[in-house]
Amino acid sequence: MTSTAPRTVIQPDGAAKPRDVGLSDKELIHAYRTMLRVRAFDETCLKLQRSGRIGFSIPNRGVEATQVGAAAALKKTDWLFPSYRDFGMALYHGISAEAMMHNMYGDALDSAKGRQMPVHFSFTDPIRFFSISSPIGTHIVQAVGAAYAMQYRKEKHVVLASFGDGGTSSLGFHSGLNFAGVWKAPVIFLCQNNQWAISCPSEKQTASDGYAVKAEAYGMPGVLVDGNDLLAVHQAVSEAAERARKGGGPTLIEARTFRMGGHSTSDDPTKYVPKAMVAEWEKKDPVARFEKFLKKRKLWTEKQREQWYAEAMAEVDAASKAAQATPRPALETIFSDVYATLPAHLRRQGQQAFDIAKRHGEAEAGDGAFPL
Amino acid sequence: MATLTLIQAVNDALRTAMKNDPNVLVFGEDVGPKGGVFLATEGLTKEFGEKRCFDTPLSEDGIVGAAIGMAVNGLKPVAEIQFQDFIFPAFDQIVSEAAKLRYRSGGQYTCPMVIRTPYGGGIRGGLYHSQSGEAYFCHTPGLKVVVPSTPHDAKGLLLASIQDPDPVLFLEPKALYRSVKGEVPEGNYTVDLSTLRTVREGKDVTVICYGAMVPVCERAAARAAERGIECHIVDLRTLYPLDEDGVLEAAKRTGRVVVVHEAPRFCGYGGEISALIAENIIEYIEAPIARVTGFDTPFPNTLEHHYMPDERRVLDAIEHVAAY
Repeated sequence: MTSTAPRTVIQPDGAAKPRDVGLSDKELIHAYRTMLRVRAFDETCLKLQRSGRIGFSIPNRGVEATQVGAAAALKKTDWLFPSYRDFGMALYHGISAEAMMHNMYGDALDSAKGRQMPVHFSFTDPIRFFSISSPIGTHIVQAVGAAYAMQYRKEKHVVLASFGDGGTSSLGFHSGLNFAGVWKAPVIFLCQNNQWAISCPSEKQTASDGYAVKAEAYGMPGVLVDGNDLLAVHQAVSEAAERARKGGGPTLIEARTFRMGGHSTSDDPTKYVPKAMVAEWEKKDPVARFEKFLKKRKLWTEKQREQWYAEAMAEVDAASKAAQATPRPALETIFSDVYATLPAHLRRQGQQAFDIAKRHGEAEAGDGAFPL
Repeated sequence: MATLTLIQAVNDALRTAMKNDPNVLVFGEDVGPKGGVFLATEGLTKEFGEKRCFDTPLSEDGIVGAAIGMAVNGLKPVAEIQFQDFIFPAFDQIVSEAAKLRYRSGGQYTCPMVIRTPYGGGIRGGLYHSQSGEAYFCHTPGLKVVVPSTPHDAKGLLLASIQDPDPVLFLEPKALYRSVKGEVPEGNYTVDLSTLRTVREGKDVTVICYGAMVPVCERAAARAAERGIECHIVDLRTLYPLDEDGVLEAAKRTGRVVVVHEAPRFCGYGGEISALIAENIIEYIEAPIARVTGFDTPFPNTLEHHYMPDERRVLDAIEHVAAY
């Protein structure tokens, strides 16, 4: 791939260069524990999927430092237009594992009311974590519109749009970067180059020398960063955010990383990812790398890790139990939220669905709320 | 009250909305200083500044996608797609994004926005400046589809669409832009969405139409009247969600129905109207429901007058169902 070396902060011996990494000890530990929580969430979801309790999940292993490093550079007043592989961004900003687990189960407490597949999160609090769509790249240009609104109101907020290497081939990538360049919109485009778009490697995605270089054609800076180096990602996103807040416009950041798992729980990456590649990236594990840095700063011990990981597993386990105990959404949720107010034809169809369910003894408590 | 053309009424509606609400923005290709290729946005950049009425890069996907982001974050975008024929790069953004956002986010994120676009034939625009794509969009829960046919309704429906909490596709019959004139109230007023308008009362045949076909049907009805057939014409105004009760009521009045649109017939909007009537009030129906539509071909250029339903074809259908 690219001839330029990606930017790094954490050195092979664990030292940070520069020494001032722009995060307090408290924030560093929070970032680290967030990565552990992503791993705990991932592992739990894999088990839940394999045992048939949830239908689907998206593994995050390998890309946690990119997610968390980027999230740590943002404020609660900024907006995230995430991809489906961004669990760490949500968890870092205080979205609870339980809220996420309700989505995995699609239950009555799911913020999306069980309408979407698992991992298609949507949250507004404590940060705007925009509703995730399955089609690739559509949110990239929407992020630019949201940023235009900030610019229009003269706010100092920014929008971060996150997508993968495959996303750079989409219509939304081109129109998004093009519009943002012309408007000088306060957006950070974070391309998480995990090297695989399901089974398609980067060389099938682009003939260019990596993805960061694409920025030039849109009139914005492009930065190539080591995506397994949490501090390097944080530094690059912080710089981009600062420039955007000052009216300096958008930035494209390519975070070079690697998806250690499959695209999803329905995918078997051993069929297409070369074993040597996995072994090579195993050595670059982003969590282990951050531990080395924390250890050097005397913020980490093996024992402490065990305790934090156990706490993360307990949190996710409790979340899963809570979701499992939650009933499915009421029948009326099929028909509500199509429009702000229920049109007559949907009222009729909803009544019909309720009558059929009732006749077959399938109506449950709560379904009787229909007609709205 | 001023007498305006339909395009002037659109311009008046945009100006009124922008005056009333600083969050209303108008943008698209050539809509800025030039005022749009049909001049719908003439004078708005000058009056409201280039932050509120502006040109965008030439990308329909970008225009609609950015509009969604603006709407999600508190603005009221009114995006123009220069011709409805060019809307398809934005189909994904309209159908999979704007229309589904409220639903898929459990109501946490919404995008109240309007996409205005001129549709239909009659200007010798050939395949790509003449299409009527309403059926594609009426198949999309979460989207509203509105089509005015008079200057009064163009302004009132556009203002209602801008104030609506859901995304609206506003199809403007370009053939009527300058060919119809009518009285338009000054200032802010709205025409309720999902309500049809009775254009003409009659006891013999019900003619159901919208947009550019409304004046065609009126002319056909005038000729039918000369032959002793009184038509009851309704202008649907909002295609989706439809005023179903209004349609059924109008069909019951005569028991004989002609549906007219210029889009192709197969899976066209008229099929849905026919099915609605047949499913609900077949006992009132005295004759087969007739559809007068464009042909199931791409839209031709030189021979467009043969393609588009005209008063002769509509009259034939009226006479046929009246005599059945």
